[in-house]
Amino acid sequence: MATSQLELKGITKRYPGVLANDSIDLSIQPGEVHALLGENGAGKSTLVKIIYGVVRADSGELRWKGEPISITSPNQARSLGIGMVFQHFNLFETLTVAENISLGIDADHDLKVLTSEIREISERYGLPINPHQHVHELSVGERQRVEIIRCLVQDPKLLIMDEPTSVLTPQEIAKLFETLKRLSSEGCSILYISHKLEEIQELCDHATVLRLGKVTATCTPRDETPKSLAEMMIGSELPVCKRTESAYSPDVRLALRGLAITSPDPHGTDLKGIDLEVRKGEVLGIAGVAGNGQKELLATINGEILSPRAEMIELNGEAVATSSPAARRDRGLGFVPEERLGRGAVPEMSLAFNALLTGNQKGMVSDKGFIDFAHMRDYATKVRERFDVRSDGIDAEAKSLSGGNLQKFIIGREIMFGPELLILGHPTWGVDVGAATTIHQAIVDLASGGTAVVVVSEDLDELFEICDSIAVIAEGRLSPIRATSDTDVEEIGRWMSGQFGEEDGADNHVAA
Amino acid sequence: MLRLEPRQTTSVQMQYATPVIAGVLTIVAGIILFSSLGVDPIEALYTFFVKPLTSVYGLGEWALKATPLLLCAIGLSVGFRGNVWNIGAEGQLTIGAVCGGGIALAFYGDEGPWLLPLMLLCGGLGGMLYGAIPAFLKNRFNANEILTSLMLVYVSIQILGYLVHGPWRDPDGYNFPESRLFDDYGLMPVLLAGTRLHLGVIIALVLTGVIWVFMSRSFQGYKVTVAGQAPAAAAYAGYSRKRVVLISFLISGFMAGLAGITEVSGAIGQLVPVVSPGYGFAAIIVAFLGRLHPVGIVFAAFLISLMYLGGEALQINMKLPLAVTGVFQGMLLFFVLGSEVLVRYRIKIGTQAREA
Repeated sequence: MATSQLELKGITKRYPGVLANDSIDLSIQPGEVHALLGENGAGKSTLVKIIYGVVRADSGELRWKGEPISITSPNQARSLGIGMVFQHFNLFETLTVAENISLGIDADHDLKVLTSEIREISERYGLPINPHQHVHELSVGERQRVEIIRCLVQDPKLLIMDEPTSVLTPQEIAKLFETLKRLSSEGCSILYISHKLEEIQELCDHATVLRLGKVTATCTPRDETPKSLAEMMIGSELPVCKRTESAYSPDVRLALRGLAITSPDPHGTDLKGIDLEVRKGEVLGIAGVAGNGQKELLATINGEILSPRAEMIELNGEAVATSSPAARRDRGLGFVPEERLGRGAVPEMSLAFNALLTGNQKGMVSDKGFIDFAHMRDYATKVRERFDVRSDGIDAEAKSLSGGNLQKFIIGREIMFGPELLILGHPTWGVDVGAATTIHQAIVDLASGGTAVVVVSEDLDELFEICDSIAVIAEGRLSPIRATSDTDVEEIGRWMSGQFGEEDGADNHVAA
Repeated sequence: MLRLEPRQTTSVQMQYATPVIAGVLTIVAGIILFSSLGVDPIEALYTFFVKPLTSVYGLGEWALKATPLLLCAIGLSVGFRGNVWNIGAEGQLTIGAVCGGGIALAFYGDEGPWLLPLMLLCGGLGGMLYGAIPAFLKNRFNANEILTSLMLVYVSIQILGYLVHGPWRDPDGYNFPESRLFDDYGLMPVLLAGTRLHLGVIIALVLTGVIWVFMSRSFQGYKVTVAGQAPAAAAYAGYSRKRVVLISFLISGFMAGLAGITEVSGAIGQLVPVVSPGYGFAAIIVAFLGRLHPVGIVFAAFLISLMYLGGEALQINMKLPLAVTGVFQGMLLFFVLGSEVLVRYRIKIGTQAREA
């Protein structure tokens, strides 16, 4: 057998209170695409940080082409031939593509030579980019290309990609995969981190599965099914979400009529005339690439951003677009924000006090303005039991819960108030598979009980699984709404890049 | 490089042990400080910590000085919990003294048992309205409340100065910039014969209890806490930020105003150009020293009060300069706050490599 490009033996890293990596073995052959698979908190990030020299392991051995080595800094990792594309980009917006790439190179170099090198690489690997363009003009997909080219100019032997597809449309993902396959055919190894199982099956030769800091399985993804991979990840059988007959009815619960606002965030996206209706018992999904107005849409529906005219949002026929979140809640709105800690829940407060956060109009506060502790604790206990929230009782601080358990608590809190309309932002983002299924089931059950539901999510699989109808938000505009059965990933993916020119199509700026 | 890393669990024993450890460290450092100055350290420490409390009069002074600190700090703690930074308690205290004292002067020669309650009420309301100014500026124009409340302190001192130098100067006072002495009905009843200790301390303790109940049991208090700990969660739930700002300033302003009027109708007995040696500013330290918790604040108020007394005693009895007592007071605070930090954080040496 040939020498491995990279071999890890018994890598262990302990953080205060957690064993992030527990004697991990892993080996990557030259030209191999190796998947690192695991739920959030399984230890994937720690492991790649160790490989890239950001974090040092407490014990264990790294071998690079068979030679034992200790990597003490990202600079050293780069000079060895290890490149990494982070989930969050490190680019200067005001500089050009070539200047940004130049900054990432440690050795002396000439910017003109570099520019021609960038051109060559971008042609060879199908990464179209103009080296003289400023980064702030680039789309998310193009920025990622800059990051990849930045690694490629250093002629890497190993490329680490940390969840590269979470910000891309399906079409962009397909393009990225062509590039990665090309690279691997030229002998570059790729360590690919993701929890999207279909991608891993398509791209990767081998997979190492991590759970709670340990390697629990190694496999060849193509020989597995998404279900079996998921079960390796969560370590138990995968529960399935059961669809019930939907309780469709003509009553409109939420109507947006030409909703247009200017984002308070200078880097945000303005909403440009959004129209939609959601009926009793309907689950409407809103797909889209991150940063296309989802944040603004959610905050506007909840009332954290007020709209210019009251008629822009109707809740059960009442114009509420200029009312406070509390007033909308009074009229039957339930809302699960995209951030859990700090917005959906107060991190330093117990679950019981977090029940009070939105529960004050539900009998948890007496007429004289005092907290009804018994009622509040009783409610928190019920939510915890019904939604299987694993916590150290209801007095556990919100921040001590895992993402999935806290999300179950927040969603449960909103659901058990019996809302007539429930809005959810990225309900299963960063949530493990088991909790995600519980959440999906709860959403579907709620809708069959007659509640109208809007789910804003970047996860198309999730939307196709639970929604009756789907629309896409791109650059602050909403696409036509389609019944889930009348559309497919292909069409939604096309729409996600903004190509649904129903109205004045000329205005639809498309990043090709 | 040194870094502070949060501890996973804070030991309960250590939390109770911190004041003791801080005390021991202060004594050790004090011995070094005083020895190096050629002063008998044991005598100096005794003078600072024990001597002020050896007489009934001393004990009275102790509680007397703790009263305005407690009143101001407990009011400020409400805002501090809600991330509202009222730095101007000193100004609200001064205006409280002006408004309450103004009542005493207005009804001079025409008083009755109703006078003192009216003075207290007007003092509190005066401080409250003065506190409402930075709250209004914050809510209306988003002006930084730290700056506006602080600047208003100096305005208030000028107002008081103008009044006692001008219209409110005692006509029989040989041109001293002081108001008339308040009539007996305008003075706080003394609690303990032979001391200056007055009813104010009882009022302070009762109001501390009231605010404790407000913050821990009322929904409005909960909203303030949420606004402070997680502003985005407060916005999500639809709690009005402006209301939190206003309520915080009204409460802390009222309490500071009350501190002002109890001080002039208790310890001083008339309006003078300087009614407070900085109680309103020291109260900020008291609030944080007490971890913004009512019980902690009561202890902290008495500690800082003892520091005032001890500092004076050192200057008077040991003939030590003001600077030395200042250094020693600083060391005491340093050890208290420092050991407090170390209970919750551990020190790590060395940098952690980070991606550039």
